[in-house]
Amino acid sequence: MSAYAQPHPRFSVLSSSSLSSAELLSPTNSSGRFSLPSAPSVTTTTGTPKPLSRPNIYDRPLNKTRTAEVSAASFAFLFSEVVQYMQKRVSGINDLERRLNTLGYRLGTRVLELMIWRSEFASKTPKREIRFLPALMSIHTNVWRAVFGKPADAIEKSVENEDEYMIIDNDPVVTRNISIPRDMSQLSCSSFTAGIVEAVLDGLGFPARVTAHNTPNETFPQRTTILIKLEKSVLEREELFK
Amino acid sequence: MAIFGLWVINKAGGLVYQRNFAEGLAQLTSNEHLVLAGTLHGIHAITSRLSPIGSSSGAHVIEAETFKMTILLTATGTKFVLITSIAEPSANTVLQKVYEAYADAVMKNPFHTPEMPIRTEGFDTRITALIGSGHT
Repeated sequence: MSAYAQPHPRFSVLSSSSLSSAELLSPTNSSGRFSLPSAPSVTTTTGTPKPLSRPNIYDRPLNKTRTAEVSAASFAFLFSEVVQYMQKRVSGINDLERRLNTLGYRLGTRVLELMIWRSEFASKTPKREIRFLPALMSIHTNVWRAVFGKPADAIEKSVENEDEYMIIDNDPVVTRNISIPRDMSQLSCSSFTAGIVEAVLDGLGFPARVTAHNTPNETFPQRTTILIKLEKSVLEREELFK
Repeated sequence: MAIFGLWVINKAGGLVYQRNFAEGLAQLTSNEHLVLAGTLHGIHAITSRLSPIGSSSGAHVIEAETFKMTILLTATGTKFVLITSIAEPSANTVLQKVYEAYADAVMKNPFHTPEMPIRTEGFDTRITALIGSGHT
């Protein structure tokens, strides 16, 4: 029981970092952010920030990735609640997957913006991926690493349909603790991840429909395939590049 | 040295998970298991109030001639009970790991209803990996 009495080490890290960031946070800057003519009261209240108040999340440096990690356990609980909340409000598995996809899409648009900023802001010759395969590779490696902390496990191209590509994750972080009941075996909560991929592809100019499917095998019971079905226009453009 | 069985009792005294791992325990019906778990819950409540000085977290080990029960009470009132042979030295560490598996595979699973019987495949897998496969 003594283990519960002592506070988690992370709390002390948080409080010490809040102090150091509070020093960085210049009061003139933060009040300038709120100097809207329609909201004068806001300016007066934030004009004198308390020295011990928590740092504004928007004022943290964007390209610091090491300390920006969040607790996987907290995320697991949050995601669990998200799924439970949605489950009460949907009519079926397809509807639930669509909603998870939409939620992931909202995240994906931000992930893309952040990643491009992180990789290109210091570059003298900023570039943008315009071919599909390098873009897919960058999703497999960079997006996965930024969001899940590890690259995905494989990329495959469909043999039957030339417009289909697959990203395979043997042990997806998002669904690591989720056991799908038998009567819902079609459901893949990785639809959330599919939404992220769809948003990134959309943002890069490769419109596609992205879905998630459970493809377990002996060693990896949680193995998941993210299936990307590209729009015709993308394939036609790829042809022109050749 | 052997681990015979594992019970998980919710905070209301209901048995939410029961599994045997080795021969040696009396064969009981699920109803009898429920009654026993409820009784243990009551005994535990009594032992936690008997402490002569200060508060007590209740019984930790109940030892019989041929087996012992090691009880882990969590902060939320869920109890994990491990039924082992008397000489089994790892009961406490195993219980801690069971608690960990419970926190991961059960509490973070959106398809589990708190305080209801645990029908989570992931938990079964984790327990099998931890203690070994057994019967039901």
